[in-house]
Amino acid sequence: MNSIDVQAVEHIALGAALLGTGGGGDPHIGKLMALQAIKEYGPVSLIDPEEVPDDAVVVPTAMMGAPTVILEKIPSGEEIFRAFENLKSYLGKEIFATVPIEAGGVNSMIPIAVAARLGLPLVDCDGMGRAFPELQMLTFHLYGVSATPMVIADEKGNILILETINNNWTESLARSATVVMGGAVMISLYPLTGKQLKESGIKNIMSYSARIGKTIRNAWRSGEDPVKALLGVTGGIELFKGKVVDVLRRTEGGFARGDAHIEGIEDYKGETMTVKFQNENLIAMRGDRVVAMVPDLICIVNLETAIPITTEGLRYGHRVLVLGIPCDPKWRTPMGIETVGPRYFKYDFDYVPVEKLAGAGEK
Amino acid sequence: MGYRLGIDVGGTNTDAVIIDEKLNLIEKVKTPTTKDVTTGIYSAINKVLEKSGVDRDAISFAMLGTTHCTNAIVERKRLCRVGILRMGKPATMAIAPMVDWPPELVQAVGEEYFLVSGGHEYDGREITPLNPDEIRAAAAAMKGKVDAVAVISVFSPINAEHEKRAVDILREELGDLPFSLSHEIASIGFLERENATILNAALAEVAKTTALSFKAGLEQEGVKNASIYLCQNDGTLMSIDYAMKYPILTVACGPTNSIRGASFLSGYDNAIVLDVGGTTSDIGVIVNSFPRESSVAVEIGGVRTNFRMPDIISFGLGGGTIIRESGGEIVIGPESVGYRLTEEALVFGGNTLTATDIAVRLGMAEIGDPSRVSHIEEGFARKAVKKMMTMVNEGIDKMKLSAEPVPLILVGGGIILIPDEVEGVSEIIRPGNHDVANALGAAIAQVSGQVERVYSLSEISREEALNMAKAIAVEEAVKAGAEPSTVQIVEVEDVPLAYLPGNATRVRVKAAGNLRHG
Repeated sequence: MNSIDVQAVEHIALGAALLGTGGGGDPHIGKLMALQAIKEYGPVSLIDPEEVPDDAVVVPTAMMGAPTVILEKIPSGEEIFRAFENLKSYLGKEIFATVPIEAGGVNSMIPIAVAARLGLPLVDCDGMGRAFPELQMLTFHLYGVSATPMVIADEKGNILILETINNNWTESLARSATVVMGGAVMISLYPLTGKQLKESGIKNIMSYSARIGKTIRNAWRSGEDPVKALLGVTGGIELFKGKVVDVLRRTEGGFARGDAHIEGIEDYKGETMTVKFQNENLIAMRGDRVVAMVPDLICIVNLETAIPITTEGLRYGHRVLVLGIPCDPKWRTPMGIETVGPRYFKYDFDYVPVEKLAGAGEK
Repeated sequence: MGYRLGIDVGGTNTDAVIIDEKLNLIEKVKTPTTKDVTTGIYSAINKVLEKSGVDRDAISFAMLGTTHCTNAIVERKRLCRVGILRMGKPATMAIAPMVDWPPELVQAVGEEYFLVSGGHEYDGREITPLNPDEIRAAAAAMKGKVDAVAVISVFSPINAEHEKRAVDILREELGDLPFSLSHEIASIGFLERENATILNAALAEVAKTTALSFKAGLEQEGVKNASIYLCQNDGTLMSIDYAMKYPILTVACGPTNSIRGASFLSGYDNAIVLDVGGTTSDIGVIVNSFPRESSVAVEIGGVRTNFRMPDIISFGLGGGTIIRESGGEIVIGPESVGYRLTEEALVFGGNTLTATDIAVRLGMAEIGDPSRVSHIEEGFARKAVKKMMTMVNEGIDKMKLSAEPVPLILVGGGIILIPDEVEGVSEIIRPGNHDVANALGAAIAQVSGQVERVYSLSEISREEALNMAKAIAVEEAVKAGAEPSTVQIVEVEDVPLAYLPGNATRVRVKAAGNLRHG
């Protein structure tokens, strides 16, 4: 794939929703923005990270804050360009391309709109390979790339330029500003060189999202089992099939956390699975045995259509497949685990890769 | 003795009932729904009055649940040209109004839209102040080009001040056009609420002619003393004036009436209702004798909206559903012979194997000529029923909120298809007169009163605020014609407005009660 057209936007939106692992928000508004930009300015050229010269500068673009806010306060459409242009003039350098920070709902779509309107290429790469809730949870961070200078822009015209001492400070200062600026803002951050991007990014994530989306949609048309097709294209591990029988939600330390209880069907009859989430799905337990944990991807999809279900959308009666997908090896380093492993999310156990855990149950 | 005349327009039949003051059923009729809908309504009124012999002067209430508004949207006919005032600029400019609407529908309502300053943040602060000059300029540009106006501001369900002020200004400039304010129509979710508000504005004329022609139809039949109402999709009634302001609230009143009718016939306040028709089945849920509301975006005529709708799932199973065999598998529908059942089904001498034939073959029903289906293998028939029941069982399970078994009420002409074993239910009720559950639902519909206010919780407690709001809602319901002893609070919602000085909370309460006779 070397260009993103209207069709590809639909594929990417669906595929990235899966990689969002229950988080990332409703892509509806982001998708409309991307589609409008492509209709107006033509398809976006998607380039491989290897095509980015080592000394070229790439600037990621994204939305920060509550996705539900932009469902009501739709962006002006200008804020993301102001964020981008201001970072560009602050850096005083030409920008070669833009790139998404994560795969999931809104943030897979924003960079497409940016690339279309500015006539820039979009690099087939991101900094998570999935969705995470905080700004330091990027593989760029693991390689010492600074999130700042960062520009935050709201629809009213306010611009904030941040220079911080480390990426954790960036997260907390930017988070406070987001609240004051109205709950959802557009950001441009983590300016990196081509060399840094190639070293620290997760490659080919847009084309991977598109491939997942396309496979599911093709299965709908051909009458093939979409879930089987999904397992095939992702190489994911089937963790469980069942019916959601209860979803418990609670607010804990300012986060909406919860547990989804799933009762087994077919091969899993008589067993139960619990998926623990905080924005994203974090832990999957079959009975009392953990079978997948963050940063590996735990995805819940509708058993008939393979459409991904967000944590807000989980409710009684859904028939689902729980799927585990190994995360990028960059997350499995000591610093990766420290940044986004189970202990960071307050679970008292060490990280074990999903393929090992799943295999252990078979014996 | 006073009587009520209830009418419900369905896809296939228009049903009418007359009930007395004590809600006893006096007479019922079923007539075919006509293409223009109104002729079918007139004929139903005529037949039910003739058959019952009730004194026409004794009809005190007449209520109509109709598909006029839905049809107008779907067929893009008789819609008003709508002026659209969206407040939020510079927010919201990324996506224009009606971008993903079907082009014919956009053409029908016109493209007179104006984006102006205003709107609020999620915490109730202003995004930008309202600018009266901008609104006057928009009004001047709309003048003469629109028949109705839709006003939408960002986060108006949290703070509706800008919408209210804008309408005052627009009225000064445009005179007394129908104005639709988004915070009165739907909740958070800007584009969906805007869509619902524009559709509501577009329906102003349809609502008016529907109400007036219902009135004329009744008068033509000699019913001159009745108070006239249209049914809303929450099981309560609207006066003609109210219906002209909020016509969109009539959409999907049919399934609501059938759910309310089922609750009334069975005496159950909490249950699942399965309405099996000729082509499709609907499953809904009664919670405290009202239908549960849907929490997701609902499409009407190709437009995503988020206004209040009953939570219903539909699937292709009805009395006329065609049963086939394909590659050794039994296939259930979704095609149906529909209203041609009495000509095309095997038991009626036709050539098409339908779900009804399967039911007759297994002795579940006695209709038509059973000898015409005796050649069907019993094993095949049992397998077909099993497959149909999988659809039913899954549908019921999807609508339940917990694994607890709940009562199931069966209504509609197709319930002969449903055997006495259904998964996940505590009991199955097949009430008498279930074939006119929908018209009964219209006839027994209640009247409601609603209040929406912002209270400052630094002066009074939340409890006190809720009680004050409840008292006002009850008073409003009584004013609308409810019998005071029957009024109950049916809905309470309070949304705290964070970061506002004085710890404010927005309270919305709805009360409903039975119509008062005499």
